[in-house]
Amino acid sequence: MSSQLSALYTELVIEHDKRPLHAGLREPFEAEVHHVNPTCGDEITLRLHLAGDGTERIEDLSYDAVGCAMSRASASIMADLLIGHGVEEMEPVRTHFEAAMGSRGRIEGDEDLIGDGVALLGAARFPARVKCVLMPWKAYQAALVEARALRG
Amino acid sequence: MSAATRPFDVDAIRADFPILRRMLDPDTPMIYLDGGATSQRPQQVIDAEVAYLTNDHAAVKRGAHRMAGAATDAYEDARERIASFLGAPSPDEVAFTKNATEALNLVARSLGDGDASTPEHLRVREGDEILVTEMEHHANLVPWQELARRTGATLRWIPLADDFTLDLTDLDSLLTERTKVLALTHQSNVLGTINPVGRLVEAARAVGALTVLDAAQSVPHMPVDVAGLGVDFVALSGHKMLGPTGIGVLWGRHELLAQMPPFLTGGSMIETVTMEASTYAEPPARFEAGTPPISQAVGLAAACDYLDALGMDQIAAHEQALTLRALEGLSAIDGVRIIGPAASPERTGAVAFDLAGRHPHDVGQVLDSLGIEVRVGHHCAWPLHRRYGLHGTTRASFSVHTTDAEVDALVAGVARTVEFFGALS
Repeated sequence: MSSQLSALYTELVIEHDKRPLHAGLREPFEAEVHHVNPTCGDEITLRLHLAGDGTERIEDLSYDAVGCAMSRASASIMADLLIGHGVEEMEPVRTHFEAAMGSRGRIEGDEDLIGDGVALLGAARFPARVKCVLMPWKAYQAALVEARALRG
Repeated sequence: MSAATRPFDVDAIRADFPILRRMLDPDTPMIYLDGGATSQRPQQVIDAEVAYLTNDHAAVKRGAHRMAGAATDAYEDARERIASFLGAPSPDEVAFTKNATEALNLVARSLGDGDASTPEHLRVREGDEILVTEMEHHANLVPWQELARRTGATLRWIPLADDFTLDLTDLDSLLTERTKVLALTHQSNVLGTINPVGRLVEAARAVGALTVLDAAQSVPHMPVDVAGLGVDFVALSGHKMLGPTGIGVLWGRHELLAQMPPFLTGGSMIETVTMEASTYAEPPARFEAGTPPISQAVGLAAACDYLDALGMDQIAAHEQALTLRALEGLSAIDGVRIIGPAASPERTGAVAFDLAGRHPHDVGQVLDSLGIEVRVGHHCAWPLHRRYGLHGTTRASFSVHTTDAEVDALVAGVARTVEFFGALS
Protein backbone atom coordinates (compact mmCIF):
# COMPACT_ATOMS: atom_id res chain seq x y z
CA MET A 1 0.00 0.00 0.00
CA SER A 2 1.52 3.30 -1.02
CA SER A 3 2.76 5.83 1.50
CA GLN A 4 0.67 8.47 -0.28
CA LEU A 5 -2.39 6.43 0.63
CA SER A 6 -1.49 6.41 4.31
CA ALA A 7 -0.79 10.15 3.99
CA LEU A 8 -4.38 10.50 2.78
CA TYR A 9 -6.13 8.24 5.26
CA THR A 10 -4.33 9.38 8.39
CA GLU A 11 -5.50 8.07 11.74
CA LEU A 12 -6.98 11.49 12.48
CA VAL A 13 -9.05 11.40 9.28
CA ILE A 14 -10.36 7.94 10.07
CA GLU A 15 -11.13 9.00 13.64
CA HIS A 16 -13.09 12.08 12.51
CA ASP A 17 -14.90 9.98 9.90
CA LYS A 18 -15.94 7.37 12.44
CA ARG A 19 -16.77 9.73 15.29
CA PRO A 20 -17.49 13.11 13.72
CA LEU A 21 -17.56 16.12 16.08
CA HIS A 22 -20.60 18.40 16.27
CA ALA A 23 -22.50 16.23 13.73
CA GLY A 24 -26.29 16.42 13.41
CA LEU A 25 -28.60 19.30 12.66
CA ARG A 26 -29.46 21.59 15.57
CA GLU A 27 -31.55 24.67 16.39
CA PRO A 28 -31.34 27.61 16.45
CA PHE A 29 -29.80 28.72 13.18
CA GLU A 30 -29.97 31.71 10.88
CA ALA A 31 -28.96 29.97 7.68
CA GLU A 32 -29.22 26.46 6.28
CA VAL A 33 -27.54 25.41 3.04
CA HIS A 34 -27.41 22.17 1.11
CA HIS A 35 -24.41 21.46 -1.09
CA VAL A 36 -23.93 18.53 -3.46
CA ASN A 37 -20.86 17.31 -5.28
CA PRO A 38 -22.48 16.22 -8.57
CA THR A 39 -19.56 14.04 -9.63
CA CYS A 40 -19.85 11.64 -6.70
CA GLY A 41 -23.20 12.50 -5.12
CA ASP A 42 -21.77 13.62 -1.79
CA GLU A 43 -24.09 15.90 0.16
CA ILE A 44 -23.89 18.19 3.13
CA THR A 45 -26.63 20.11 4.88
CA LEU A 46 -25.12 22.79 7.10
CA ARG A 47 -26.67 25.20 9.60
CA LEU A 48 -24.98 28.30 10.96
CA HIS A 49 -25.93 30.13 14.13
CA LEU A 50 -24.21 33.45 14.82
CA ALA A 51 -24.33 35.38 18.10
CA GLY A 52 -27.19 37.83 18.30
CA ASP A 53 -25.04 40.65 19.70
CA GLY A 54 -23.56 41.66 16.36
CA THR A 55 -20.11 40.21 17.11
CA GLU A 56 -20.45 37.45 14.48
CA ARG A 57 -19.34 34.86 16.96
CA ILE A 58 -20.08 31.39 15.60
CA GLU A 59 -22.36 30.06 18.34
CA ASP A 60 -23.07 26.80 16.53
CA LEU A 61 -22.35 25.07 13.27
CA SER A 62 -24.29 21.86 12.80
CA TYR A 63 -24.34 19.60 9.80
CA ASP A 64 -25.39 16.33 8.23
CA ALA A 65 -22.73 15.02 5.83
CA VAL A 66 -23.01 12.04 3.51
CA GLY A 67 -19.83 11.29 1.67
CA CYS A 68 -16.37 9.82 1.65
CA ALA A 69 -14.08 9.70 4.64
CA MET A 70 -12.27 12.86 3.50
CA SER A 71 -15.39 14.99 3.19
CA ARG A 72 -16.88 13.80 6.46
CA ALA A 73 -13.63 14.28 8.35
CA SER A 74 -13.29 17.73 6.82
CA ALA A 75 -16.77 18.74 8.06
CA SER A 76 -15.94 17.46 11.54
CA ILE A 77 -12.60 19.27 11.72
CA MET A 78 -14.08 22.48 10.32
CA ALA A 79 -16.94 22.54 12.83
CA ASP A 80 -14.50 21.99 15.67
CA LEU A 81 -12.25 24.79 14.47
CA LEU A 82 -15.05 27.33 13.94
CA ILE A 83 -17.48 26.89 16.80
CA GLY A 84 -16.94 29.44 19.53
CA HIS A 85 -14.85 31.76 17.41
CA GLY A 86 -15.54 34.97 15.50
CA VAL A 87 -16.04 34.88 11.74
CA GLU A 88 -13.28 37.44 11.08
CA GLU A 89 -10.93 35.74 13.52
CA MET A 90 -11.31 32.49 11.54
CA GLU A 91 -10.83 33.98 8.07
CA PRO A 92 -7.03 33.42 8.14
CA VAL A 93 -7.71 29.80 9.09
CA ARG A 94 -10.10 29.34 6.18
CA THR A 95 -7.86 31.05 3.62
CA HIS A 96 -4.73 29.23 4.75
CA PHE A 97 -6.53 25.88 4.64
CA GLU A 98 -7.94 26.55 1.16
CA ALA A 99 -4.56 27.71 -0.14
CA ALA A 100 -2.81 24.62 1.25
CA MET A 101 -5.48 22.32 -0.19
CA GLY A 102 -5.11 23.90 -3.60
CA SER A 103 -1.30 23.82 -3.56
CA ARG A 104 -0.79 20.20 -4.64
CA GLY A 105 1.40 19.74 -1.58
CA ARG A 106 3.59 22.83 -2.06
CA ILE A 107 2.20 24.62 1.00
CA GLU A 108 2.79 22.79 4.21
CA GLY A 109 -0.09 23.44 6.57
CA ASP A 110 0.42 25.50 9.73
CA GLU A 111 -0.85 23.35 12.55
CA ASP A 112 -1.11 26.35 14.89
CA LEU A 113 -3.59 27.83 12.46
CA ILE A 114 -5.60 24.89 11.14
CA GLY A 115 -5.17 22.29 13.88
CA ASP A 116 -6.40 18.83 12.84
CA GLY A 117 -6.87 20.30 9.36
CA VAL A 118 -3.25 19.36 8.63
CA ALA A 119 -4.39 15.75 8.67
CA LEU A 120 -6.47 16.48 5.54
CA LEU A 121 -3.63 17.95 3.52
CA GLY A 122 -2.65 14.56 2.09
CA ALA A 123 -5.65 15.05 -0.20
CA ALA A 124 -3.94 18.06 -1.77
CA ARG A 125 -1.83 15.61 -3.79
CA PHE A 126 -4.98 13.97 -5.17
CA PRO A 127 -6.74 16.61 -7.29
CA ALA A 128 -9.93 14.52 -7.43
CA ARG A 129 -10.17 14.64 -3.64
CA VAL A 130 -9.60 18.37 -3.08
CA LYS A 131 -13.27 19.05 -3.84
CA CYS A 132 -14.33 16.48 -1.24
CA VAL A 133 -12.37 18.25 1.48
CA LEU A 134 -13.41 21.76 0.49
CA MET A 135 -17.16 21.07 0.14
CA PRO A 136 -17.94 21.69 3.84
CA TRP A 137 -15.99 24.96 3.74
CA LYS A 138 -17.86 26.10 0.62
CA ALA A 139 -21.11 25.28 2.41
CA TYR A 140 -19.97 27.31 5.44
CA GLN A 141 -19.16 30.30 3.21
CA ALA A 142 -22.56 30.10 1.52
CA ALA A 143 -24.30 29.86 4.91
CA LEU A 144 -22.35 32.89 6.10
CA VAL A 145 -23.53 34.95 3.12
CA GLU A 146 -27.12 33.95 3.86
CA ALA A 147 -26.86 34.63 7.57
CA ARG A 148 -25.36 38.06 6.94
CA ALA A 149 -28.06 38.88 4.36
CA LEU A 150 -30.69 38.02 6.95
CA ARG A 151 -29.20 40.53 9.35
CA GLY A 152 -29.09 43.17 6.63
CA MET B 1 -20.95 -7.35 -38.52
CA SER B 2 -18.87 -10.00 -40.13
CA ALA B 3 -17.09 -13.20 -39.15
CA ALA B 4 -13.96 -12.99 -37.00
CA THR B 5 -10.72 -12.93 -38.96
CA ARG B 6 -8.20 -13.27 -36.13
CA PRO B 7 -7.99 -15.60 -33.14
CA PHE B 8 -9.10 -14.23 -29.77
CA ASP B 9 -5.66 -14.08 -28.20
CA VAL B 10 -5.67 -11.67 -25.25
CA ASP B 11 -1.87 -11.27 -25.22
CA ALA B 12 -1.88 -10.29 -28.89
CA ILE B 13 -4.82 -7.95 -28.27
CA ARG B 14 -2.99 -6.31 -25.37
CA ALA B 15 0.00 -5.68 -27.61
CA ASP B 16 -2.30 -3.53 -29.78
CA PHE B 17 -3.05 -1.13 -26.91
CA PRO B 18 0.04 1.00 -26.24
CA ILE B 19 -1.45 2.59 -23.11
CA LEU B 20 -1.55 -0.78 -21.36
CA ARG B 21 2.25 -0.62 -21.10
CA ARG B 22 1.99 2.43 -18.87
CA MET B 23 3.21 2.13 -15.27
CA LEU B 24 1.42 4.18 -12.60
CA ASP B 25 4.35 3.93 -10.18
CA PRO B 26 7.72 2.38 -10.96
CA ASP B 27 6.42 -0.98 -9.73
CA THR B 28 2.68 -0.56 -10.38
CA PRO B 29 1.32 -1.55 -13.79
CA MET B 30 -1.92 0.08 -14.86
CA ILE B 31 -4.96 -2.20 -14.67
CA TYR B 32 -7.66 -0.46 -16.65
CA LEU B 33 -11.12 -1.61 -15.58
CA ASP B 34 -13.03 1.50 -16.63
CA GLY B 35 -13.92 0.80 -20.26
CA GLY B 36 -17.53 1.46 -19.29
CA ALA B 37 -16.61 5.13 -18.84
CA THR B 38 -14.29 5.34 -21.83
CA SER B 39 -12.37 2.65 -23.66
CA GLN B 40 -8.70 2.67 -24.52
CA ARG B 41 -7.78 2.65 -28.21
CA PRO B 42 -5.77 0.13 -30.14
CA GLN B 43 -2.87 1.32 -32.28
CA GLN B 44 -4.96 0.54 -35.38
CA VAL B 45 -7.50 3.23 -34.39
CA ILE B 46 -4.81 5.75 -33.50
CA ASP B 47 -3.01 5.02 -36.79
CA ALA B 48 -6.17 5.41 -38.86
CA GLU B 49 -6.75 8.93 -37.52
CA VAL B 50 -3.10 9.83 -38.00
CA ALA B 51 -3.12 8.48 -41.56
CA TYR B 52 -6.21 10.50 -42.42
CA LEU B 53 -4.75 13.67 -40.92
CA THR B 54 -1.40 13.01 -42.60
CA ASN B 55 -2.78 12.39 -46.07
CA ASP B 56 -6.39 13.29 -46.65
CA HIS B 57 -7.61 16.08 -44.38
CA ALA B 58 -9.77 18.93 -45.69
CA ALA B 59 -13.30 20.20 -45.07
CA VAL B 60 -15.87 17.68 -46.23
CA LYS B 61 -18.69 18.27 -48.70
CA ARG B 62 -17.51 21.70 -49.84
CA GLY B 63 -14.87 22.97 -52.17
CA ALA B 64 -14.01 21.65 -55.63
CA HIS B 65 -10.42 20.74 -54.90
CA ARG B 66 -9.12 17.21 -54.82
CA MET B 67 -8.41 17.28 -51.09
CA ALA B 68 -12.06 18.07 -50.36
CA GLY B 69 -12.88 14.99 -52.39
CA ALA B 70 -10.39 12.84 -50.50
CA ALA B 71 -11.74 13.99 -47.13
CA THR B 72 -15.35 13.53 -48.19
CA ASP B 73 -14.58 10.02 -49.40
CA ALA B 74 -12.90 9.15 -46.10
CA TYR B 75 -15.85 10.52 -44.15
CA GLU B 76 -18.53 8.81 -46.25
CA ASP B 77 -16.58 5.54 -46.33
CA ALA B 78 -16.57 5.69 -42.54
CA ARG B 79 -20.35 6.13 -42.54
CA GLU B 80 -20.71 3.06 -44.74
CA ARG B 81 -18.41 1.06 -42.50
CA ILE B 82 -20.38 1.96 -39.38
CA ALA B 83 -23.68 1.21 -41.12
CA SER B 84 -22.46 -2.28 -42.03
CA PHE B 85 -21.10 -2.84 -38.51
CA LEU B 86 -24.50 -2.02 -37.04
CA GLY B 87 -26.49 -3.97 -39.62
CA ALA B 88 -28.14 -0.76 -40.85
CA PRO B 89 -29.96 -1.20 -44.17
CA SER B 90 -28.45 2.04 -45.54
CA PRO B 91 -25.63 4.47 -44.65
CA ASP B 92 -28.19 7.27 -45.06
CA GLU B 93 -29.67 6.09 -41.77
CA VAL B 94 -26.42 6.86 -39.91
CA ALA B 95 -25.96 10.42 -38.62
CA PHE B 96 -22.77 11.41 -36.84
CA THR B 97 -23.12 13.35 -33.63
CA LYS B 98 -20.75 14.45 -30.87
CA ASN B 99 -21.57 11.47 -28.64
CA ALA B 100 -24.49 9.25 -27.61
CA THR B 101 -25.82 12.06 -25.40
CA GLU B 102 -26.15 14.34 -28.43
CA ALA B 103 -27.76 11.55 -30.48
CA LEU B 104 -30.43 11.12 -27.78
CA ASN B 105 -30.91 14.88 -27.48
CA LEU B 106 -31.31 15.04 -31.26
CA VAL B 107 -34.29 12.67 -31.16
CA ALA B 108 -35.83 14.20 -28.04
CA ARG B 109 -35.51 17.73 -29.37
CA SER B 110 -36.78 16.89 -32.84
CA LEU B 111 -39.85 15.07 -31.51
CA GLY B 112 -40.89 18.23 -29.69
CA ASP B 113 -40.20 20.59 -32.58
CA GLY B 114 -42.65 19.42 -35.21
CA ASP B 115 -45.36 21.59 -36.77
CA ALA B 116 -48.52 20.97 -38.80
CA SER B 117 -46.41 19.42 -41.58
CA THR B 118 -44.94 16.79 -39.23
CA PRO B 119 -46.72 13.43 -39.02
CA GLU B 120 -48.55 12.95 -35.72
CA HIS B 121 -46.45 9.94 -34.66
CA LEU B 122 -43.31 12.13 -34.78
CA ARG B 123 -44.76 14.88 -32.58
CA VAL B 124 -44.84 14.73 -28.80
CA ARG B 125 -47.47 17.06 -27.41
CA GLU B 126 -49.45 17.86 -24.30
CA GLY B 127 -51.35 14.81 -23.12
CA ASP B 128 -48.85 12.39 -24.66
CA GLU B 129 -46.66 10.16 -22.53
CA ILE B 130 -42.97 9.39 -22.71
CA LEU B 131 -41.87 6.12 -21.11
CA VAL B 132 -38.32 5.54 -19.86
CA THR B 133 -36.86 3.21 -17.23
CA GLU B 134 -35.51 3.77 -13.73
CA MET B 135 -32.11 2.37 -14.75
CA GLU B 136 -31.32 4.99 -17.40
CA HIS B 137 -28.06 6.87 -17.64
CA HIS B 138 -28.79 10.60 -17.23
CA ALA B 139 -28.17 10.90 -21.01
CA ASN B 140 -31.35 8.91 -21.68
CA LEU B 141 -33.39 10.50 -18.91
CA VAL B 142 -32.74 14.25 -18.78
CA PRO B 143 -33.47 14.88 -22.51
CA TRP B 144 -36.87 13.19 -22.03
CA GLN B 145 -37.56 15.18 -18.87
CA GLU B 146 -36.81 18.28 -20.94
CA LEU B 147 -39.04 17.12 -23.80
CA ALA B 148 -41.88 16.61 -21.32
CA ARG B 149 -41.27 20.07 -19.82
CA ARG B 150 -41.25 21.76 -23.24
CA THR B 151 -44.32 20.02 -24.60
CA GLY B 152 -46.51 19.37 -21.57
CA ALA B 153 -46.23 15.62 -22.12
CA THR B 154 -45.97 13.31 -19.11
CA LEU B 155 -42.82 11.36 -18.29
CA ARG B 156 -43.36 7.88 -16.87
CA TRP B 157 -40.92 5.13 -16.10
CA ILE B 158 -40.67 1.36 -15.78
CA PRO B 159 -39.43 0.73 -12.24
CA LEU B 160 -36.51 -1.43 -11.19
CA ALA B 161 -37.17 -4.67 -9.31
CA ASP B 162 -35.22 -5.95 -6.31
CA ASP B 163 -33.39 -8.40 -8.59
CA PHE B 164 -31.81 -5.54 -10.58
CA THR B 165 -33.94 -6.09 -13.68
CA LEU B 166 -36.86 -4.04 -14.95
CA ASP B 167 -40.13 -4.70 -13.15
CA LEU B 168 -42.54 -5.31 -16.03
CA THR B 169 -45.49 -6.23 -13.79
CA ASP B 170 -47.40 -3.05 -14.63
CA LEU B 171 -46.17 -2.68 -18.19
CA ASP B 172 -49.71 -2.74 -19.59
CA SER B 173 -50.68 0.33 -17.59
CA LEU B 174 -47.38 2.14 -18.28
CA LEU B 175 -47.25 1.50 -22.01
CA THR B 176 -50.58 2.58 -23.48
CA GLU B 177 -51.97 4.26 -26.56
CA ARG B 178 -50.99 7.56 -24.89
CA THR B 179 -47.31 6.54 -25.06
CA LYS B 180 -45.54 8.29 -27.92
CA VAL B 181 -42.00 7.17 -27.14
CA LEU B 182 -40.35 4.34 -25.25
CA ALA B 183 -36.69 5.18 -24.55
CA LEU B 184 -34.54 2.62 -22.81
CA THR B 185 -31.03 1.40 -22.45
CA HIS B 186 -29.94 -1.85 -24.05
CA GLN B 187 -27.66 -2.61 -21.15
CA SER B 188 -27.38 -0.86 -17.79
CA ASN B 189 -24.05 0.92 -17.34
CA VAL B 190 -24.16 0.13 -13.61
CA LEU B 191 -25.96 -3.18 -13.15
CA GLY B 192 -24.79 -4.89 -16.34
CA THR B 193 -28.41 -5.98 -16.86
CA ILE B 194 -29.35 -6.56 -20.52
CA ASN B 195 -32.94 -5.50 -21.06
CA PRO B 196 -35.52 -7.63 -22.90
CA VAL B 197 -35.55 -5.28 -25.87
CA GLY B 198 -37.46 -7.66 -28.15
CA ARG B 199 -40.41 -7.98 -25.80
CA LEU B 200 -40.52 -4.27 -25.02
CA VAL B 201 -40.25 -3.23 -28.66
CA GLU B 202 -43.10 -5.55 -29.56
CA ALA B 203 -45.25 -4.05 -26.81
CA ALA B 204 -44.34 -0.51 -27.88
CA ARG B 205 -45.20 -1.25 -31.50
CA ALA B 206 -48.53 -2.68 -30.49
CA VAL B 207 -49.50 0.73 -29.09
CA GLY B 208 -47.84 2.71 -31.88
CA ALA B 209 -45.01 4.13 -29.78
CA LEU B 210 -41.58 4.97 -31.18
CA THR B 211 -38.64 3.13 -29.61
CA VAL B 212 -35.28 4.72 -28.83
CA LEU B 213 -32.44 2.49 -27.70
CA ASP B 214 -29.37 3.74 -25.83
CA ALA B 215 -26.80 1.22 -27.06
CA ALA B 216 -23.69 3.02 -25.80
CA GLN B 217 -22.96 0.19 -23.37
CA SER B 218 -24.03 -2.75 -25.52
CA VAL B 219 -22.49 -2.09 -28.94
CA PRO B 220 -18.90 -2.44 -27.67
CA HIS B 221 -19.59 -5.73 -25.92
CA MET B 222 -22.02 -7.87 -27.92
CA PRO B 223 -23.35 -8.32 -31.45
CA VAL B 224 -25.93 -5.60 -32.10
CA ASP B 225 -27.98 -5.65 -35.27
CA VAL B 226 -30.09 -2.49 -35.37
CA ALA B 227 -32.44 -3.73 -38.06
CA GLY B 228 -32.97 -7.04 -36.26
CA LEU B 229 -33.75 -5.36 -32.92
CA GLY B 230 -36.85 -3.78 -34.41
CA VAL B 231 -36.26 -0.42 -32.72
CA ASP B 232 -36.68 2.94 -34.43
CA PHE B 233 -33.59 4.80 -33.17
CA VAL B 234 -30.26 3.69 -31.72
CA ALA B 235 -27.68 5.95 -30.05
CA LEU B 236 -24.07 5.08 -29.37
CA SER B 237 -20.70 6.66 -28.55
CA GLY B 238 -17.41 6.14 -30.38
CA HIS B 239 -15.23 6.43 -27.30
CA LYS B 240 -16.84 3.47 -25.52
CA MET B 241 -16.18 1.12 -28.46
CA LEU B 242 -12.40 1.57 -28.81
CA GLY B 243 -12.94 4.64 -31.00
CA PRO B 244 -12.27 8.35 -30.59
CA THR B 245 -14.01 10.85 -28.33
CA GLY B 246 -16.04 13.58 -30.00
CA ILE B 247 -18.07 11.23 -32.15
CA GLY B 248 -21.35 9.46 -31.61
CA VAL B 249 -23.88 7.86 -33.89
CA LEU B 250 -27.60 8.13 -34.28
CA TRP B 251 -29.09 5.36 -36.35
CA GLY B 252 -32.72 5.90 -37.29
CA ARG B 253 -35.19 4.41 -39.75
CA HIS B 254 -34.95 6.44 -42.91
CA GLU B 255 -38.68 6.98 -43.29
CA LEU B 256 -38.72 8.54 -39.81
CA LEU B 257 -35.58 10.65 -40.15
CA ALA B 258 -36.89 11.93 -43.50
CA GLN B 259 -39.95 13.48 -41.79
CA MET B 260 -38.26 14.85 -38.68
CA PRO B 261 -37.31 18.49 -38.15
CA PRO B 262 -33.61 19.22 -37.58
CA PHE B 263 -31.92 19.51 -34.20
CA LEU B 264 -28.89 21.79 -34.65
CA THR B 265 -29.08 24.15 -37.60
CA GLY B 266 -26.53 26.01 -39.70
CA GLY B 267 -24.14 25.10 -42.47
CA SER B 268 -24.13 21.72 -44.24
CA MET B 269 -27.66 20.79 -43.17
CA ILE B 270 -29.56 23.10 -45.56
CA GLU B 271 -31.09 22.74 -48.99
CA THR B 272 -31.81 26.43 -49.74
CA VAL B 273 -31.35 29.54 -47.62
CA THR B 274 -32.81 33.02 -48.06
CA MET B 275 -32.80 35.89 -45.56
CA GLU B 276 -36.31 34.90 -44.50
CA ALA B 277 -36.17 31.13 -44.23
CA SER B 278 -34.45 27.88 -45.14
CA THR B 279 -35.27 24.40 -46.26
CA TYR B 280 -33.33 21.43 -45.11
CA ALA B 281 -31.27 18.66 -46.65
CA GLU B 282 -32.31 15.03 -46.65
CA PRO B 283 -30.99 12.83 -43.82
CA PRO B 284 -28.35 12.23 -42.68
CA ALA B 285 -27.03 15.67 -43.72
CA ARG B 286 -30.08 17.33 -42.12
CA PHE B 287 -28.80 16.20 -38.74
CA GLU B 288 -25.14 17.11 -39.23
CA ALA B 289 -24.94 20.90 -38.93
CA GLY B 290 -21.49 22.43 -39.19
CA THR B 291 -18.16 20.76 -39.89
CA PRO B 292 -18.49 17.20 -38.60
CA PRO B 293 -15.97 15.11 -36.62
CA ILE B 294 -14.09 13.83 -39.68
CA SER B 295 -10.93 12.22 -38.32
CA GLN B 296 -13.02 10.81 -35.48
CA ALA B 297 -15.35 9.14 -38.01
CA VAL B 298 -12.33 7.58 -39.69
CA GLY B 299 -11.07 6.38 -36.30
CA LEU B 300 -14.48 4.97 -35.44
CA ALA B 301 -14.56 3.01 -38.71
CA ALA B 302 -11.16 1.54 -37.78
CA ALA B 303 -12.60 0.59 -34.37
CA CYS B 304 -15.42 -1.26 -36.16
CA ASP B 305 -12.79 -3.09 -38.23
CA TYR B 306 -10.91 -3.98 -35.06
CA LEU B 307 -14.00 -5.28 -33.24
CA ASP B 308 -15.22 -7.18 -36.31
CA ALA B 309 -11.85 -8.87 -36.79
CA LEU B 310 -12.08 -10.21 -33.23
CA GLY B 311 -15.74 -11.09 -33.68
CA MET B 312 -18.43 -9.62 -31.45
CA ASP B 313 -19.55 -13.12 -30.41
CA GLN B 314 -16.05 -13.92 -29.18
CA ILE B 315 -15.77 -10.56 -27.41
CA ALA B 316 -19.08 -11.23 -25.66
CA ALA B 317 -17.94 -14.71 -24.61
CA HIS B 318 -14.60 -13.34 -23.32
CA GLU B 319 -16.31 -10.67 -21.23
CA GLN B 320 -18.95 -13.13 -19.96
CA ALA B 321 -16.16 -15.34 -18.61
CA LEU B 322 -14.47 -12.37 -16.93
CA THR B 323 -17.79 -11.28 -15.42
CA LEU B 324 -18.42 -14.73 -13.97
CA ARG B 325 -14.90 -14.78 -12.51
CA ALA B 326 -15.32 -11.32 -10.97
CA LEU B 327 -18.75 -12.09 -9.53
CA GLU B 328 -17.48 -15.29 -7.92
CA GLY B 329 -14.38 -13.65 -6.50
CA LEU B 330 -16.04 -10.50 -5.22
CA SER B 331 -19.07 -12.26 -3.73
CA ALA B 332 -16.74 -14.34 -1.57
CA ILE B 333 -15.41 -11.22 0.21
CA ASP B 334 -17.16 -10.35 3.47
CA GLY B 335 -18.97 -7.03 3.13
CA VAL B 336 -19.24 -7.02 -0.66
CA ARG B 337 -22.74 -6.68 -2.06
CA ILE B 338 -22.98 -6.99 -5.82
CA ILE B 339 -25.33 -4.36 -7.27
CA GLY B 340 -26.52 -6.27 -10.29
CA PRO B 341 -27.87 -9.66 -11.31
CA ALA B 342 -26.05 -12.94 -10.76
CA ALA B 343 -24.00 -14.23 -13.67
CA SER B 344 -26.24 -15.05 -16.62
CA PRO B 345 -26.41 -14.47 -20.36
CA GLU B 346 -28.70 -11.52 -19.50
CA ARG B 347 -25.95 -9.50 -17.86
CA THR B 348 -22.54 -8.36 -19.03
CA GLY B 349 -19.24 -7.03 -17.87
CA ALA B 350 -20.11 -4.02 -15.76
CA VAL B 351 -19.76 -5.21 -12.18
CA ALA B 352 -20.84 -2.69 -9.54
CA PHE B 353 -20.66 -3.34 -5.84
CA ASP B 354 -21.08 -1.80 -2.41
CA LEU B 355 -18.48 -2.47 0.25
CA ALA B 356 -20.19 -2.49 3.64
CA GLY B 357 -21.38 1.08 3.15
CA ARG B 358 -17.81 2.33 2.74
CA HIS B 359 -17.95 5.32 0.41
CA PRO B 360 -16.98 4.31 -3.16
CA HIS B 361 -14.58 7.24 -3.39
CA ASP B 362 -12.59 5.70 -0.55
CA VAL B 363 -12.72 2.24 -2.17
CA GLY B 364 -11.56 3.62 -5.52
CA GLN B 365 -8.71 5.48 -3.85
CA VAL B 366 -7.28 2.32 -2.30
CA LEU B 367 -7.74 0.37 -5.55
CA ASP B 368 -5.97 3.14 -7.47
CA SER B 369 -3.01 2.91 -5.09
CA LEU B 370 -2.75 -0.68 -6.33
CA GLY B 371 -2.96 0.43 -9.96
CA ILE B 372 -6.57 -0.71 -10.39
CA GLU B 373 -8.57 1.94 -12.23
CA VAL B 374 -12.30 1.64 -11.55
CA ARG B 375 -15.20 4.06 -11.62
CA VAL B 376 -16.73 5.34 -8.38
CA GLY B 377 -19.86 7.33 -7.67
CA HIS B 378 -23.32 7.25 -9.21
CA HIS B 379 -22.09 6.67 -12.78
CA CYS B 380 -24.60 9.20 -14.17
CA ALA B 381 -27.41 6.95 -12.93
CA TRP B 382 -28.46 8.71 -9.76
CA PRO B 383 -32.10 7.49 -9.70
CA LEU B 384 -30.91 3.89 -10.02
CA HIS B 385 -28.68 4.31 -6.96
CA ARG B 386 -31.48 5.97 -5.00
CA ARG B 387 -33.73 3.04 -5.85
CA TYR B 388 -31.36 0.72 -4.01
CA GLY B 389 -30.67 3.13 -1.14
CA LEU B 390 -27.13 3.86 -2.30
CA HIS B 391 -25.20 7.09 -2.74
CA GLY B 392 -22.83 5.42 -5.13
CA THR B 393 -21.09 2.22 -6.08
CA THR B 394 -17.67 1.06 -7.20
CA ARG B 395 -17.78 -0.32 -10.74
CA ALA B 396 -15.30 -2.43 -12.66
CA SER B 397 -15.98 -2.83 -16.37
CA PHE B 398 -14.23 -5.23 -18.70
CA SER B 399 -12.91 -4.86 -22.21
CA VAL B 400 -11.40 -6.95 -24.99
CA HIS B 401 -7.96 -6.56 -23.39
CA THR B 402 -8.95 -7.51 -19.83
CA THR B 403 -7.27 -10.66 -18.49
CA ASP B 404 -8.17 -13.20 -15.84
CA ALA B 405 -5.13 -12.00 -13.88
CA GLU B 406 -6.50 -8.46 -13.87
CA VAL B 407 -9.84 -9.67 -12.56
CA ASP B 408 -7.99 -11.60 -9.86
CA ALA B 409 -6.02 -8.43 -9.02
CA LEU B 410 -9.34 -6.59 -8.63
CA VAL B 411 -10.66 -9.24 -6.26
CA ALA B 412 -7.42 -9.21 -4.24
CA GLY B 413 -7.48 -5.40 -4.27
CA VAL B 414 -11.00 -5.27 -2.85
CA ALA B 415 -9.93 -7.72 -0.13
CA ARG B 416 -6.97 -5.42 0.65
CA THR B 417 -9.37 -2.46 0.79
CA VAL B 418 -11.42 -4.24 3.44
CA GLU B 419 -8.23 -4.90 5.39
CA PHE B 420 -7.05 -1.31 4.99
CA PHE B 421 -10.18 0.25 6.41
CA GLY B 422 -10.62 -2.57 8.90
CA ALA B 423 -7.09 -2.06 10.19
CA LEU B 424 -7.58 1.69 10.47
CA SER B 425 -10.84 1.49 12.39
